[in-house]
Amino acid sequence: MQLWLIPLLPFAGFLVNGLAGRRFPKGAVNAVAIGSVLLSFAWVLKTLFTINLDAINQEHYFTWIQSGALTVGCDMAVDRLTAVMLLVVTGIGSLIHIYSIGYMAHEGGYYRFFSFLNLFMFFMLVLVLASNYLVMFVGWEGVGLCSYLLIGFYFDKKFATNAGNKAFIVNRIGDFGFSLAMFYMVRNFGSLDFGTVFKAAPGASEAVLTTIGLLLMLGACGKSAQLPLYVWLPDAMAGPTPVSALIHAATMVTAGVYMTARSWVIYTHAPLALNTIAIIGVATAFFAATIGLAQTDIKKVFAYSTVSQLGYMFLGVGSGAFSAGIFHLMTHAFFKALLFLGSGSVIHALAGEQDMRNMGGLRHKIPWTFWTMMCAAVAISGVPPTSGFFSKDSILVAANHHAPWMYWLGVVTAGMTAFYVFRAMFLTFFGEYRGHAHPHESPPLMTIPLAMLALLSLGGGYIAVPAFLGRFFPTVEAPEDFTLVAISVAFGLGGIALAYLMYIARPGMADSLAGGLKGLYSLVYNKYFVDEIYDAAVVKPVVGGSRVVLWKGMDVGFIDGMVNGVGALARRTGAVLRLLQSGNIRSYATWVLFGSVVVIVALELGGGAR
Amino acid sequence: MAEIPIAWFLTLSAVLFVLGVAGFLFRRNIITVFMSIELMLNAVNLSFVAFSYQLKQVDGNLFAFFVMVVAAAEAAVGLAIILTVFKNRSTLNIDEVETMKN
Amino acid sequence: MNPLLGVLALPLVAFLAALAIPRRQPQNSRWWALGSSLAIFVLSLILVFRFDQGSGQEQFALDQPWIASPDIHFAISVNGVSLWLIVLTAFLTPLCVLISWRSVQNRVKEFYAFLLLLEFGLIGVFVAQDLFLFYVFWEISLVPMYFLIGIWGHERRIYAAVKFFLYTMAGSMLMLVAIIYLYNRTGTFSYAGILDLLASGKLVFGAQEQLLLFLAFFVAFAIKVPVFPLHTWLPDAHVEAPTAGSVMLASVMLKMGTYGILHFAVPLFPRAAHQCAPWIVVLAIIGILYGALVAMVQPNLKKLVAYSSVSHLGFVVLGIFSFTRMGLDGAVYQMLNHGISTGALFAFVGLLYERRHSLEIADYGGVATVAPWLSTAFLVTTLASVGLPMLNNFVGEFLVLQGTATVHFTWTVYASIGVILSACYMLWMYQRVFYGEAGQEVHHHIFDLRAREWAVAVPFLAMMLWMGVYPQSFLPPVGKVNDAILQESQVDVPVRVSLPVPVLPVRVEAARAH
Repeated sequence: MQLWLIPLLPFAGFLVNGLAGRRFPKGAVNAVAIGSVLLSFAWVLKTLFTINLDAINQEHYFTWIQSGALTVGCDMAVDRLTAVMLLVVTGIGSLIHIYSIGYMAHEGGYYRFFSFLNLFMFFMLVLVLASNYLVMFVGWEGVGLCSYLLIGFYFDKKFATNAGNKAFIVNRIGDFGFSLAMFYMVRNFGSLDFGTVFKAAPGASEAVLTTIGLLLMLGACGKSAQLPLYVWLPDAMAGPTPVSALIHAATMVTAGVYMTARSWVIYTHAPLALNTIAIIGVATAFFAATIGLAQTDIKKVFAYSTVSQLGYMFLGVGSGAFSAGIFHLMTHAFFKALLFLGSGSVIHALAGEQDMRNMGGLRHKIPWTFWTMMCAAVAISGVPPTSGFFSKDSILVAANHHAPWMYWLGVVTAGMTAFYVFRAMFLTFFGEYRGHAHPHESPPLMTIPLAMLALLSLGGGYIAVPAFLGRFFPTVEAPEDFTLVAISVAFGLGGIALAYLMYIARPGMADSLAGGLKGLYSLVYNKYFVDEIYDAAVVKPVVGGSRVVLWKGMDVGFIDGMVNGVGALARRTGAVLRLLQSGNIRSYATWVLFGSVVVIVALELGGGAR
Repeated sequence: MAEIPIAWFLTLSAVLFVLGVAGFLFRRNIITVFMSIELMLNAVNLSFVAFSYQLKQVDGNLFAFFVMVVAAAEAAVGLAIILTVFKNRSTLNIDEVETMKN
Repeated sequence: MNPLLGVLALPLVAFLAALAIPRRQPQNSRWWALGSSLAIFVLSLILVFRFDQGSGQEQFALDQPWIASPDIHFAISVNGVSLWLIVLTAFLTPLCVLISWRSVQNRVKEFYAFLLLLEFGLIGVFVAQDLFLFYVFWEISLVPMYFLIGIWGHERRIYAAVKFFLYTMAGSMLMLVAIIYLYNRTGTFSYAGILDLLASGKLVFGAQEQLLLFLAFFVAFAIKVPVFPLHTWLPDAHVEAPTAGSVMLASVMLKMGTYGILHFAVPLFPRAAHQCAPWIVVLAIIGILYGALVAMVQPNLKKLVAYSSVSHLGFVVLGIFSFTRMGLDGAVYQMLNHGISTGALFAFVGLLYERRHSLEIADYGGVATVAPWLSTAFLVTTLASVGLPMLNNFVGEFLVLQGTATVHFTWTVYASIGVILSACYMLWMYQRVFYGEAGQEVHHHIFDLRAREWAVAVPFLAMMLWMGVYPQSFLPPVGKVNDAILQESQVDVPVRVSLPVPVLPVRVEAARAH
């Protein structure tokens, strides 16, 4: 099978470009970067065609860590779930790599960008292929690293590096949960291998499984930007747009969903943890969608949309419909990558402009971008028969089965989704052009990937992922209910209609509405002030407390003060005793005399010298 | 011949020693101080010899010889130092020889 | 010839020979130090190859009577733990020579002589099996470091050197008293001899006696580690020390403390060790969090790294006092990891200092623009330090936390917060130094790695990667030794605790359901 080739090909690309890319011409950098990813994609296809996915396809390479009773191998395996992820990662990854050639053509640090991108592919593939939690954690942290590097790609910009740090640190909080979950697993099951853990899990007590499930969920919340750890993802848009598409929409952020689905054995025996996931998912979906309603930066809209859609996936997984969650993961990868790449194309066309208030009327100037993005917008709104329709509805049906109020919240969110996406589309492509740049269509290297993604967004729903995964996950018998489907489609279409009404038919309406609901609007526009609250409640107290209380007060003041105090005490005692040491011999002699007299008298008093 | 009681020797030794101590403490001339030290040493010698005679043991005499040897060496070195001090500072007042202080 | 004796003797010979090189020829001193330290490194590798990795026993033992009364022996040997510490010392010394090549310009001869003497003392500490000999080496290693800080340090070097010396001295006096007490009690300084007496039951310590002896040893070692709150000498010493001094101090000297705890304090006084463990663990966890938080707000690069050492070494102590195989393995591995990654951090900070002549973070910014490779090397080291998988620290931290989790899950929860914080302070520092726009000063002074500096950076980076990807080349002999230690220090009688057990988090077993 040679599974190791799949991640190692991009890694080789990373090494070559990273070490020597600076001296390469752009063509060579491209060849290495795209070649390695395409080869990896090809190898994935070859592997998937030649193996039996229902058998255990595990490969052991070497023992990574062995200590006492714990043995962790560097093991990889392929099953049905992995197969879906592999195709998404390498397939979308290849398209985005190709797109990046065009997008990054005029940027500095060209080789650096592609080597980081290849490194990301390596870690993402490790994450997906891992057959134990620790190797998965390698990929998990590794993609976080690449995300950090690529968000801070323009490292001379303060906001970019701030965003990078924020992403890494917030993810670390999630990883804290993930690693504790691993420790708890070893404590109870003595192993981190998927096979061993999942075999032992049904026999463990529910409390243990719930603890593990909740801790893993914390990890997933960090990586997949769920409440309350979603704050890094909107900022992550500081990176180049292909990065937003690949890492922060299509692949990395879905790792949390993948991990949760991978751990389904644990979750099916821990209903409390599963229900928590569903609640977090639907809450995030709704919450992020409301923020998305009022954003003016085109990438910010899609960023909050991503958070919201990830919430849907969580909702699906949390409702027990793991295959629906993964299905939505895949379709979302298609249409959200397309939305980001399309907005990248818009930004490219407008020479860096991201504010939708300075756009408008672009549909004639960049038609390829417009039409492809329209496909994605239709798909994300859940209009039948596009891909988003199928996946979103399978989630919503499952949610209804799990808890009807989640279905209704999900449906409302679907309406808002359709509204804000079409709001963005209308503001960007319709009306009069409000900016000052000279829009031009992007090169074919960028538009061809857009077109391919558009096809996938429209037709991806017919890729029968739920059926494919049906043999992997336990099936949830959610009855097909046409009414539920119809309601959610109606909400989606209603959202589109409302956007049309407010931004095309009656352009003044949006502003007057915002004026009418001033307080609410500014709350949403400012993202509920969550960043500010976190800053005031967590960051400032920790940093300030460390500086004033711990460092200046405790360390320098108290502990070191005590140490220096001991020194000073010795010195002062010495200063007193020093007076005896006058340097006058006769004074010493007097002391000697005095001392002898004292000794003699003492001896006499004490019973006499014998 | 009647034995002279040892107490007499010891008394004499003590008197000599106290004289030496007093001279050491109160005189300022280095030579006098030096002689006072010799006086103390010899006072001690006297009691050594007296005890040696009293106890019919030779140890005391031995110690007395040691003391004399050391005293001689000391005199040699001491006088040399005194000479040098006088040459350098043209004074024999010990209170004025205080370069090492502080 | 016994290769261990060679590894120990060669630094001394090299030191003496270095003294004979005329002062007027600094270049000869440099080359001599480089050549001889490389030779020692090669010798230490020979030691590794001839070492029987399948055995947890002491190997290459040599026992010569040294002083007849009291009965002091020149007894040395090496086991699977000290082996790697020796290799670490021998690995770092040539690198220290290289990083000092340009930065040390006055009293060159003495500098390298002291560096070689330091290597001698450090290797001696790791091989000595006679308690008195151990003490001698312990003090020998102190002297050259004192001079390295005091002569070649920065502005407040005298203060730092004296503080360093007195702090350590205070601890080692306690240890000396304990050693002498042990001798009076047993009539021997031989470590193995005392262990035999203990094992055969001929020697039994009273509870109070054992506790006091343990504490005497532990405090001496804890100062060196340093365990909170005995750590305040470390930031000062690091800030003032020259680069090579910082590297050796952080990478090897701190390990003397943890090695001493693991090799002497715990096996000799297992009962007391178990009894004090909850307290020590609380200190270790405080150290992890406190070190990280204080590191976060340091305006000075070296101070930041110094406080991060307090945090990292907390993991080592935590691992040891978890008394689990994984915890001990992780602790030892973490000692080596910290030696490599913090050594590298100090080395790279030294390179920055050589260029910009400042340790203040505020004086930097935008270094990545002018020195991409230096920044890359520093980034990899930073990532290793924050415990990124596939780099060395991850393996150690994972094992320590995992080992602790199997006995006290709540300890792990608190200690793991340190992993979050490490990302905060390291990345924030990295951002302020390397990212942003390069100012005038940075543009003028900072240049990328030169050939000699590559020779320093590459071995460091290679080790980080190797130790992170394939720790099995190092762990097996360590595990053998730790099995033996756990067996020796097994306390079958329930510990009678005369100290009140801390009420802290420690006992609350969250959600433990069996």
